[in-house]
Amino acid sequence: MLTFNLLVFVCVLYVALLFLVAFAAEKRAEQGRLGWLRSPTVYTLSLSIYCTAWTFYGAVGYAARSGLEFVTIYLGPTLVMVGWWWVVRKLVRIGRTQRITSIADLISSRYGKSNLLGVIVTVMAVIGSTPYIALQLQSVTLSFAVFASDRPEGWAVPDLNSTAVWVAAGLALFTILFGTRNLDANERHHGVVTAIALEAVVKLVALLAVGIFVVWGVAAGPSDMLSRIEASPIADWQLNGGRWATLIFLSAAAFLCLPRMFQVLVVENSDERHVATASWAFPLYVFLMSLFVMPIAVAGLSELPAGTNPDLFVLTVPLLFDQEGLAMLSFLGGFSSATSMVIVAAIALSTMVSNHIVMPIWLSARRGGASMSGDVRNVVLRSRRVSIGAVLALGYFYYRFSGGGEALAAIGLISFTGVAQILPALLGGIFWRGASRVGAALGLVIGFAVWGYTMFLPSFGESYVMSAGLLSEGPWGFGWLRPRALFGIEGIDPLVHAVFWSMSLNVIAFVLGSLASFPGPLERLQSAQFVNVDDHSASARGWSGGAAEAEDLLVMAQRIIGAEEAQALFQTEARAQGKYGYLPDTTPDFIRTLERELSGSVGAATAHAMMGQIVGGASVSVQDLMAVADETAQMLEYSSQLEAKSAELTRTARQLREANEKLTELSVQKDAFLSQISHELRTPMTSIRAFSEILMERGEVRPEELTRYSSIIHDEAIRLTRLLDDLLDLSVLENGQVSLNWQKGGLHDVLDRAVAATGSMPAERPLTIHRDAAAETVTLTTDTDRLRQVFINLIANARKYCDAEKPELRIEVRRRGAVVQVDFIDNGTGIPKKSQNLIFEKFSRLTDQAAAGGAGLGLAISREIMVKLGGQVGYLPGQGGAAFRVTLPLTQPQTDAAE
Amino acid sequence: MGKRVLLIEDEPNIIEAIRFVLSRAGYVVDTHSDGSTALAAIRAKKPDMVILDVMLPNRSGYDILRDLRAEAATVALPVLMLTARGQKKDREMAERYGASRYMTKPFSNAEMIGTVTELLGQ
Repeated sequence: MLTFNLLVFVCVLYVALLFLVAFAAEKRAEQGRLGWLRSPTVYTLSLSIYCTAWTFYGAVGYAARSGLEFVTIYLGPTLVMVGWWWVVRKLVRIGRTQRITSIADLISSRYGKSNLLGVIVTVMAVIGSTPYIALQLQSVTLSFAVFASDRPEGWAVPDLNSTAVWVAAGLALFTILFGTRNLDANERHHGVVTAIALEAVVKLVALLAVGIFVVWGVAAGPSDMLSRIEASPIADWQLNGGRWATLIFLSAAAFLCLPRMFQVLVVENSDERHVATASWAFPLYVFLMSLFVMPIAVAGLSELPAGTNPDLFVLTVPLLFDQEGLAMLSFLGGFSSATSMVIVAAIALSTMVSNHIVMPIWLSARRGGASMSGDVRNVVLRSRRVSIGAVLALGYFYYRFSGGGEALAAIGLISFTGVAQILPALLGGIFWRGASRVGAALGLVIGFAVWGYTMFLPSFGESYVMSAGLLSEGPWGFGWLRPRALFGIEGIDPLVHAVFWSMSLNVIAFVLGSLASFPGPLERLQSAQFVNVDDHSASARGWSGGAAEAEDLLVMAQRIIGAEEAQALFQTEARAQGKYGYLPDTTPDFIRTLERELSGSVGAATAHAMMGQIVGGASVSVQDLMAVADETAQMLEYSSQLEAKSAELTRTARQLREANEKLTELSVQKDAFLSQISHELRTPMTSIRAFSEILMERGEVRPEELTRYSSIIHDEAIRLTRLLDDLLDLSVLENGQVSLNWQKGGLHDVLDRAVAATGSMPAERPLTIHRDAAAETVTLTTDTDRLRQVFINLIANARKYCDAEKPELRIEVRRRGAVVQVDFIDNGTGIPKKSQNLIFEKFSRLTDQAAAGGAGLGLAISREIMVKLGGQVGYLPGQGGAAFRVTLPLTQPQTDAAE
Repeated sequence: MGKRVLLIEDEPNIIEAIRFVLSRAGYVVDTHSDGSTALAAIRAKKPDMVILDVMLPNRSGYDILRDLRAEAATVALPVLMLTARGQKKDREMAERYGASRYMTKPFSNAEMIGTVTELLGQ
């Protein structure tokens, strides 16, 4: 006997399993072991969120009402995947190169990073998806009710509304937990994708199981089933060509435009080759999902009493035959279909709401430096969480107020038609360079308005929003404005009518608007990027002549994509430019790369606005405008071979120039080095000579002076020796003749000994060192003596140079996969930007006083040592005080690091 | 009262040695060890001569010398330049900027006293 409690218990257990799977996948992804998490199979399965509860329960009901017509809902996506998979691939390519976060972001980005369009699409998507989410809540609630009504003696009928509330709240919790864990640089949610892939398997298995039971358990095999179908009322159903074409078009459009489909199809895609696999695997999945729809519908119609809701045949047929296990599996299948759709839809919608509505408002509310102050990350995450809650709440209220009584398929089609309005702007945007912002906005708004008037508002029923009189007579008695018979065209199916008028007017407005308007420069640049994504690798110019400080950009980037990601990005860019450290030159190239990375977190329009705050000035220069004007002409004679050749020549020339510069620089450096050595040697020599001459003239020196002068001679001799030692050490390290003593050791030990070694140094103000013993328990294979030498140098520098009232040094250790990071951060004033790279040069004491002790070779030696150990040491800007980061591998590098 | 020498140098040990040697020879030695404020110190103390190190913190001895020579009050002030970078171009720089004498570190004490005595015309 299936009790309500058991049902809830199984649900909770199942959800716990999903949590576990999502959590394990997130963990794996964090450790960088993506493996099967990013396989074509998981990608294909994640696409199956197309098959929602509507498909799971509704398809059977649809078949029972309208025969084979349900197939159209599957045919659309199948056509797209089989025939137009290259459209999907193009979207995926654009998505990756432009760091697109949602369909609203794509539209906004394509039409000149227009936030207005982002808002329009977001609002449309939210309105269009709300009925759909309501539909999912309704189907889960109904499926609970089936068990309740079927066993009236078993348990009291629970309050359906409270069930819906609980389901909505649970889904919100799951989505917030796994959808907004972090602001992933590319908006991928490994945990969620893995969980929905599992749900995809569950719903397929459930539907197949019910189907097999119906064919072999209820009927006596396939041939009996076929004759039953022949005999059923479904066989009498007539094909309506207009409706078929409309439905296939709608489902194909929805497949591309639904926010949740865009999320899994484009945003979560990690490899465009997966699209090729999905192009046959997804239709196969859909085929299997639809295989038994007809048999189940026929069995339900013939076996169950008339008047039973056909939308629930998948549940009621097994229950009729007392197959409780099967019913439970089928229930879980429906539950999976509903939950996976809601989760992904909520993620996609919340990203859009937060990036296109909340962030722009927040940004303009804090005009001037918002990107520099406050924690942008927290604002983004919080706004997403609130948006997720809001989206689900909307879905719930729609469910409550629409009465929840309509057939599932009808609600689904309303949503499909709504989001299909995005299609002209989407396809136009990626295939037609002439498509403009004005056209897109006009098309979207008009199409959406017509949809709302002819389909969405009437869906609330005759008395809710539109009066019965308005529906039958038209507003103010204008008959040609009747919502279901626009321009007096009557007698066609309401769905075909709504789709026809909304799409036609949408396309007409889009095309005319585009032809009549002149796109702005940024828009033209973006249009080239999108339309020519396949063959136009050279990217358009976005920023020029900006006067941004790399450090400001780093501070902003850290706030948006997180300190670690930002530092890694800056370091990579700096290295690509041939610079050491974390601050690359702010070339237009770099700024564009950075903007793209940021747009992965906050959307193109917001990222553009934030960059604008820092970079300042014009985002498009006169040269860029000229380039745009020339572009069309250039395209004609564009030869990719020529381009490659010229790129190669430029590269060679640059290499030669760099080599030459390097040689010149080396020669200059050598002179400066000799001069420096001379200075460093002669200075102690001067004291030694002067005082020894004084001492040689016996009798004229008092005894205490004699002691003092001899000790000065002694100290200066030691200083000379130390300088020579350092020089030899550096020379050995630089020539690569150093022999390293690789051994296993604890990081904690090495730090302990380094701290102890610097403890005896005289200091005016004692330095407090903060450490975290737990984080330091890292065992690594390295040359511990050399590593200690580096640590001693960094700690000693903090002792010597930290100028805070109460000097403090934090030593922070973090493991990152196979490397460990040790940060030394003090609370002084830090090192000015212009000197940050200089300090690693030989003899580059910033204060020119020998009082600091040492010859100014410490950091140069440390740098060489770290290179030999397969790691690095660099200055870490943007931390407040002076900060150095030592990065080193946990194990001995395979190839000898010696250059 | 002996003639006053202003020693502009940043190495404490070298300051101590020169102060000892010159004091014993009967000069009054004043010292200053920062490059950026050296000019103000010279104007304020009005010494009879200046011993000026080249590598000073914050401002080079050459710059200070050039400014001294541009001012009427100090255009003829005897200046002995000290440098630890014994290269030819350093000597040329010192001459170009108008140093009265030029000495490379390390120097002998006798040489130091001799040069100072000569510059102060005693």
